[in-house]
Amino acid sequence: MLQSKTFVKKTKRGKILKVVREHYLREDIYSGSPLDPECDPASFKLSPDAQRYIVLDTNVALHQMDFLEHAAVTDVVVPAIVLEEVRARNQSVFQRLKALTASDFKRFYVFANENHKDTYVKQDPGESPNDRNDRAIRRAAEWYSQRMPGKPILLLTDDAGNRTKAIEAGVEAMSCAAYARLREDVPELSDLVSAGLATQAEQREVGGGAGPKKKRRVFEDHKPLSEVTAGIKAGRYHQGTLRVSRFNPWEGYIACQSVEQEILLSGRGALNRAMDGDVVAVELLLEEQWRGPSAHLPTQAELDAADASEGEEEVLGEDGGAHIAQVDPGEHYPGVAGAAGGDDTSAARQPTGRVVGIIKRSWRTRGYCGSLQPPRVPGASHGPGTASVLVCPVERRYPFVRITTRQAATLSDKRIVVAIDAWDTDSLYPTGHYVRTLGAIGDKETETEVLLLENDINTAPFTPAVHACVPPLPWALGEAEAADPARADLRHLPVCSVDPPGCKDIDDALHVRRLAGGNLELGRRIDMLPKPLTEDICSLRSGVDRLAFSAIWEVTPDAQILSTRFTKSIIRSREALTYAEAQARIDDERLTDDVSCNLREMNRLAKILRARRSERGALSLASPEVKFEIDTETHDPLDVGMYQLRDTNQMVEEMMLLANCSVAEATLGAFPACSLLRRHPTPAPRQFEPLLRAAAAAGFAIDASSSKTLAASLDGAVRASDPYFNKLVRIMATRCMTQAVYFNSGELSVPEYHHYGLAAPLYTHFTSPIRRYADVVVHRVLMAALGLAPLPGSMRDRPRVADTVDNLNVRHKNAQLAGRASVELHTLIFFRGRTVVADARVTRVMRVRANGLLVFVPKYGIEGPVHLDDADRAGKEGVSSSAPAAVDSAPGAVPRFVYDEEKQTVSREDGGVAYTIFDTCAVTISVEETAGNRRVLALRLTDRAQLPDGERMG
Amino acid sequence: MEYVNTVGLRLDGRRPNEIRQLRAEMSTLASADGSATFEMGNTKVLAAVYGPREASNRAQTDTSKATVRCEYSMAAFSSGERRRRGKSDRRATETSLAIANTLEQNILTELLPRTQIDIYVQVLQADGGMRCAAINAAFLALADAGVPMRDSVAACAAGYLDGTALLDLNYTEDGGGGPEVAVALQTGLHQVLMLQTDSKLSMEVFEEVVELASNGCRAVAEFLRTTLLAHVGRLSLATSIAKSEA
Repeated sequence: MLQSKTFVKKTKRGKILKVVREHYLREDIYSGSPLDPECDPASFKLSPDAQRYIVLDTNVALHQMDFLEHAAVTDVVVPAIVLEEVRARNQSVFQRLKALTASDFKRFYVFANENHKDTYVKQDPGESPNDRNDRAIRRAAEWYSQRMPGKPILLLTDDAGNRTKAIEAGVEAMSCAAYARLREDVPELSDLVSAGLATQAEQREVGGGAGPKKKRRVFEDHKPLSEVTAGIKAGRYHQGTLRVSRFNPWEGYIACQSVEQEILLSGRGALNRAMDGDVVAVELLLEEQWRGPSAHLPTQAELDAADASEGEEEVLGEDGGAHIAQVDPGEHYPGVAGAAGGDDTSAARQPTGRVVGIIKRSWRTRGYCGSLQPPRVPGASHGPGTASVLVCPVERRYPFVRITTRQAATLSDKRIVVAIDAWDTDSLYPTGHYVRTLGAIGDKETETEVLLLENDINTAPFTPAVHACVPPLPWALGEAEAADPARADLRHLPVCSVDPPGCKDIDDALHVRRLAGGNLELGRRIDMLPKPLTEDICSLRSGVDRLAFSAIWEVTPDAQILSTRFTKSIIRSREALTYAEAQARIDDERLTDDVSCNLREMNRLAKILRARRSERGALSLASPEVKFEIDTETHDPLDVGMYQLRDTNQMVEEMMLLANCSVAEATLGAFPACSLLRRHPTPAPRQFEPLLRAAAAAGFAIDASSSKTLAASLDGAVRASDPYFNKLVRIMATRCMTQAVYFNSGELSVPEYHHYGLAAPLYTHFTSPIRRYADVVVHRVLMAALGLAPLPGSMRDRPRVADTVDNLNVRHKNAQLAGRASVELHTLIFFRGRTVVADARVTRVMRVRANGLLVFVPKYGIEGPVHLDDADRAGKEGVSSSAPAAVDSAPGAVPRFVYDEEKQTVSREDGGVAYTIFDTCAVTISVEETAGNRRVLALRLTDRAQLPDGERMG
Repeated sequence: MEYVNTVGLRLDGRRPNEIRQLRAEMSTLASADGSATFEMGNTKVLAAVYGPREASNRAQTDTSKATVRCEYSMAAFSSGERRRRGKSDRRATETSLAIANTLEQNILTELLPRTQIDIYVQVLQADGGMRCAAINAAFLALADAGVPMRDSVAACAAGYLDGTALLDLNYTEDGGGGPEVAVALQTGLHQVLMLQTDSKLSMEVFEEVVELASNGCRAVAEFLRTTLLAHVGRLSLATSIAKSEA
């Protein structure tokens, strides 16, 4: 049966088009239940023994995903129209719903109601698309009840009107909350029901005409979307993605094209319920109300005071007191916002605005990690029964979340995940619901899971289907591979690998060989992956045959490359060395075996290559990397130290760069439009400003006009008296850099391929396919370039490659952030229960602020804020950082400090102490527990003379 | 855009291996020697055949066989307000050549020396797959004109989107950016008369798509056959009535 769909739509140019599409109705669409005699057995999905079949509506799918994902919710019919609407409205919910429909034990059956001849409904004249879709869903539920008269069919919808109509049509209907109550066998189901829309609707129902208790308005209403878009078009509003400060939850920035500078949003009222990552519309304030960003470090005490007062405010609010909860920026938190508004007039002002509308929410569907706000009265605990509690998120940039739970008592010492459902104008906090418990607070496993979740790292194990592709262990070289003519047998070569100690995925094997003509042959082998692959089959372990991909260069003795060759190969690594072992072999002149001589030769070549590279203007940057000595039993860190770099690290790195550059060239030559490359955009001049200013204060001029001049200036920034100074400058330079990104060569023009840091016109990632997916992609393209395999179809599909590239970049960034967070966590665990004093020889000032310093302790790789007033309060040590302390530390209570931006110096008014950038100082490091169960590393300035001898570090 | 949804249905409710609804009518124009309209879903094409007749241009007359010419054009209203294409459109010229070439191979041109056969194809409504619809319409019109032919010809296109080979793409699917292969077959002789694609695609995908398009051709051929039989039935009935009246 054929139906035609006719509708009008507006094109991008504003033309109105009439579109006519065919719509075929079918007879071969089944109910998916064995109870239906006409159902095709191939489409059986619903269980015949289920208590009832549930039919979903779109809003339930959109808002109650955590509830639907609970193992107790099974045998659900998802009308195709629901799936389609969800796809149009929220991609991530759509993916989750799709995963549910694919799952065997959840038994979610997609019923193609739109194409079934009996369930298709035509839009009535005057009927809105939403009403029509609701009717279509009810029609589907009705059809199911007619089809299977014996089985109760339940339409799950949170829309009361929809329920009434369904019941009129003879279909049982219920809200999610009602259904959760009905399922007494699983009490935790109620917690998972999203509070937002459901409870409001319910309250309205219960309250009838009178409505719930009239609440104060805390926030201004958001403008309707039509007004927002019109305003953006007219230039009244500005659109951008909100980034909230990591340290200050009520300060955010928006970069948008319509305004040159970033727009500052300061204060709860200005943010108007917008959260980090949301796309918002902003109205600029009058120019006299503009302010500068805070030059003031928010102190821990201030933040806690802010957190604490947050809770109190709520109490006052609920008492119905005459308290005005609309928070004016700069008014409410004297500590935090005061600095931004008050004494900071000298600081550069910047456009300041307030949020008028939220165009797109980016509430994380995976939820936010946090813990319950402890009860205000010490000793009191959450009672049994349903309680409304605040969850304090781990990340300070997010606000508290109000949830309703029955498990308050058991959750109080746990890290939990909550999802946000709504944020109304009359609520100080967003409302959300409990999703799951991660574990006890402070537990290493739990906290690691928290940081993985916060950085969106998927730790789900590989599916059995993936494991099925992996050859079983023990793996040995097969006859077929050995006989493959495209595979070069390089087993006779003295190959060895050099990796960090304890490394399981060995992926760098090297060799060098003197050729007849006096030239040298230089080789580098590389070989994700499920565990047997990464740790055994692909790991180039010593003494066993491994399949590899080799890059072989013929070079002259002074490292001029004559030819480059790539080939599949079989290798046998002579030895698996660590960096230190390799270094020892190079240094020990007495060793004359193959491997040692090779290493020495290779090191020599690497040095030439390195020199040539830095001549071209490659930067050698530094970043504070630390390593932990981990206790073998408890896996707790025993010691922290800077990662030591040896010659061999540089040697391996040099070979890696050479391989990557050569591969980039080879793939680009073969596939100019679809090679995966990596570029590092030249940083904008203003990004160097902090570096230039710091260097100027230290008396050095840095020329950042090109990477070459920058490299030269960095080399010149040396203080004879201070060997570590140069490294500090380099660390600072690293911070000015843009992020290197993957890209598809077809998307950009050739000059944009440039890699700034390496000063290379072309670069890619090829050498670590075991641990980076980008390398796998590059391997495939290289295979195709060599004619060994066809180019994978996915590489030809431009949008798909673009998606892959975006995903690679996001994952790369997340992995970096998670890595950093993990270092932080281990540092915290290391310092738990101990207080260490890092003395002046090892602690440096990296940035100077009006009331504090950012100091860097290279030994531990710790960087953090230090408050100058803390130093003066040394006598009062022991006062915990609670709200009263915050009052003490208010400006005025201690001698004031004068901040000189030009010289990057802060000095006490009475001239007592002064700190300049790159100065040394001594700090005490300890772990502090703060409000909301966050643990932070606290640094305090310490007068070195006061320290007992034993506490000093050598 | 999701071209094949979770339950394996396409945007318009078809499965990947299904063609759109076919409709055809023959002898729709009285003044032409042969004519037909052919519809594939919302694509509707009108074909008119003049000839075989004396070649208009003496210089180009082929003394050994008939000359087949085609003029393909899209009506100004065919694509709604989507886009307008004139007769001088190069794409139309290319399609004209493809149609003429395909059908010339099927016509017994050597039986009709010094003649010319003109095929005019006009797209009345465009919703993807116009080239194939035009060949099918022209074949019916040639049969209507009584032009001697070797075999029946049927054309159908197939594309590849979302990792699935899709038969008979409509306009929306056509705009999906995937490859499309148009195939015309002599279904009795199992000969490929036309195989065209504008995009690069890998061997495996190509084979899958061509296989699907060929199956589509066979289905179209079956439909064309019933149309022809019905038409012939009507004709013989009309003739016998005329005879009995005379």
